[in-house]
This record gives sequence, structure tokens and C-alpha cells, in this order.
Amino acid sequence: MLRDISFSLEKGQALAIIGSSGSGKTTLLRCLNFLERPDRGRIIVDGKTIFDAADLSTQRESEIRRKRLHFGLVFQSFNLFPQYTALENVMLAKQLLAQERSDFKAKKKEIFDEIRRMAEELLCQVGLKDRMDNYPHQLSGGQQQRVAIARALAMQPDILCFDEPTSALDPELTGEVLRVIRSLAERETTMIIVTHEMAFARDVADRIIFMDEGFIVEEGPAAEVINHPKEERTRQFLAHFSNQ
Amino acid sequence: MSFSTVNLMLAQSFLLNCQIFFVTLILALPLGLVLSFGSMSRFRPLSLLSRLYIYLMRSTPLMLQLAIIYYLPGFLSSGQYMLSRMTAACLAFVLNYAAYFSEIFRGGIQGVPRGQQEAGQVLGMTKGQIFRKITLLQVIKRIVPPIGNEIITLIKDTSLANFIMVKEIIAMAKDFGNRAMIWPLFYTGVFFLIFNGVVTLLLNRTEQKLSYFR
Repeated sequence: MLRDISFSLEKGQALAIIGSSGSGKTTLLRCLNFLERPDRGRIIVDGKTIFDAADLSTQRESEIRRKRLHFGLVFQSFNLFPQYTALENVMLAKQLLAQERSDFKAKKKEIFDEIRRMAEELLCQVGLKDRMDNYPHQLSGGQQQRVAIARALAMQPDILCFDEPTSALDPELTGEVLRVIRSLAERETTMIIVTHEMAFARDVADRIIFMDEGFIVEEGPAAEVINHPKEERTRQFLAHFSNQ
Repeated sequence: MSFSTVNLMLAQSFLLNCQIFFVTLILALPLGLVLSFGSMSRFRPLSLLSRLYIYLMRSTPLMLQLAIIYYLPGFLSSGQYMLSRMTAACLAFVLNYAAYFSEIFRGGIQGVPRGQQEAGQVLGMTKGQIFRKITLLQVIKRIVPPIGNEIITLIKDTSLANFIMVKEIIAMAKDFGNRAMIWPLFYTGVFFLIFNGVVTLLLNRTEQKLSYFR
């Protein structure tokens, strides 16, 4: 349940969303990726309204598929396709999309070569150069999540969303995933990161939103929200982390 | 009567069992898939109808279904319309096995984690692409063992067709029995053992082929 959520994000910025479970963080990401349909509100990307709950013409199934590509989503549970290798996972959606190009038949080989080159580059970028031909079950959780990040990047989304990307990982594997996200932030990838890693949120995000019971309780520059929260509810929440 | 003559006659009648087997497999698998989509449909009347059908087919004896399909049209039309014995047998098996297959398909499809479909969606794939490129192979991997069970049962069940006087292998063997030859009846087991031996090998090989992912 989300209520009166409104926020904006500048190109190249990273936004972290924090808050306890059930506060609506994941639901928010799912709305942005059209996995849930909000009853009210709008989504505007680059000045264009891509979703308006009050305007049915923005909700056509055929267009939603295309509009999804403005956003990428990295799931908590990776959701890699088990029957494909790491490389194939990264290439698949791009290959299928390429079939819709008018010059696909004529240039199939070049297009596929290009997609493969790009996918290999992305996997190198997330540090999996030697793991490209492995199947998901042969990879550790951290490696799987990095493949999932490469897979999302392959679609070149305007905004990349992360839904608690390290929550399903053993503590010693979170570092490798956080490093990849950090490097994306350094390259000015526009990102929305739902996370329970407070130190990471403070270091990587430009802005932080604290959510509680479907509301945005507090929003501001990252260091400020974490170090000097204004709201009592935010302070209570953050206290749990300093105690640990 | 010599061993080879008996053997030949049993083998010929076993062809009928094989015929029912293959017709059932070829028709009941796709029909089962359609039924499983029906039972999972969000359109209530369709899902209720599909589930009622599955309930009827799984809850009554196949023998009774054979009798109804063979005798009922003639009974209702005072003997004007009747299916041939083999047609009736094949029809009963197809309708019955489709119900079982559909439940296996449904389990297989619903067993694929929802996240797989969602991952496909956020990558901009169409519903058809998600089914063909992501879900299908995972479903097949899941259903090979239970479908294998049904296939092994199917060839044995084909003998039930002798209830509507199809001269399949057991019926043939019983004929020998009426002529004081009991061993052919026991010997029919060899045919089923060989048939299912081959089926088991094929199933194992399929499982092996799909073992490269989890």
C-alpha cells in the first residue's frame, strides 16, 4: 500500500530508499516497472508521461511492454533463467527485441555479433569474464546477482532499480555486489536502490528517501538523512542499525 | 500349437495395444495442455468447466468410460450410430489421459517461480516469448518424471480395451486359455516388460539431457 508518494530523480543521480519491511519500498519499484498497477498517479520520464492512472491510453498492454524498458529491475532473488548460461541470460532479451527491427533479416549476423560483444563487455564489467559460460546453478549468489545486473544493463534502461540486491546473499558475498553498484554510481548511472545497507546507501546515493507505512517520511541528501535525520520516525529506524 | 505361432499371434494383438498407446499419447498430450490452460484461466466459467471435466474423468473407472463411449451412442440412437471398437477405445483413452496430463501440466507450470515470468516482463519480453523461451523448458524438466509414470501406466491400461471386446493381447491370451493353454497369458508379461524397458530408457535419457540446469 502506497500513499501520496511523490519524488523526482535527476539524470545521473542515485536514490536510495530505506525503511522497514512492509513500508512499501518494493511495491514502489514494482509500480515503476509495471509489475503492479497504481490506482492513482503518474510516472514521467524525460518529460514524457509514460503512465497516468487517470488516462487509459497510457495503459495499453502493447505499449507497456516497450515502456518497461525505461526502467530496469534487479530482483532480490536474482531470477536468472536457469536453462541459460550467464552470457545467454544477458543476451536473450536483447536478441528477442532485435527481431522486431526492420533490418533484422538482412543483418541478423551482425546484430547478434554486436549483442554478444556488448554482453561480454558487460559481464567483464561486473567481474565475470571467466564465468560467462557457466549456468546459474554453478555460480555463487553474489556472482548470480552480478549476472542479473549485467542482464538489466543490457537493455540500456534510463533508470536502473535494485530491490534489496544483497538481502538474499551471505554477508561475505554482499561486498562484490555492492562494489559493482558503486562503480555504476561512479559512472553516473541513474539508479533507485532499495536497501538495508545504511552505510552503503549513505556513501553511494545522492539522495535518500525514508519510507514508513506507505508514506515518504523523510527525503534529503544522503549524508544528511543518515547522519542528521529530522524526523523522529527516521531516528528510531536508524537507531536499530547503530546498535548492531 | 507351436511357440512361434502363439508368439506371432500375441505379437499381432499387441499391435492393437501399441496403436491405442500411440494415438493416446499423440492426442492426449496437446489436449491436456489445452485443458490445463483452461483450468488455470481467469475466466471463471472456462476454469470451472475444465475442472469439472477433469473431476469426471479422474473420478470414474476408465472401464466404465470405455463402456459409455462404446455403448451409449448406439443405445441413444437405437443402434443407428456406433463407433468401431478401436475408435471408441482410443477416444476413451485420449479423453481420460488428457485429464491426468492436464493436472501434471498445471502443476509443472505453476511450479515455475513467479519471478521467472517477472524477470522476462521487465526485460520487455512478450507473453509468448516468456512462455516459449523461459517457462516451457523449465516446465518440461519438471513434468518428465510424472508424465513418465503415466506413460508407463498407459501401455498397461490399454488392456482394459478388452472390456469392449478389442482383441488386444490379454484378450488373445485368454482365448488360448479357453483352449486349455494357460502359459500364453503369463507370457504376455514379457511384451509389457520389453515395451516399458524401452520407454524407461528413453525417459532416463530425456531426464539426463535436461540435467544441465536446475
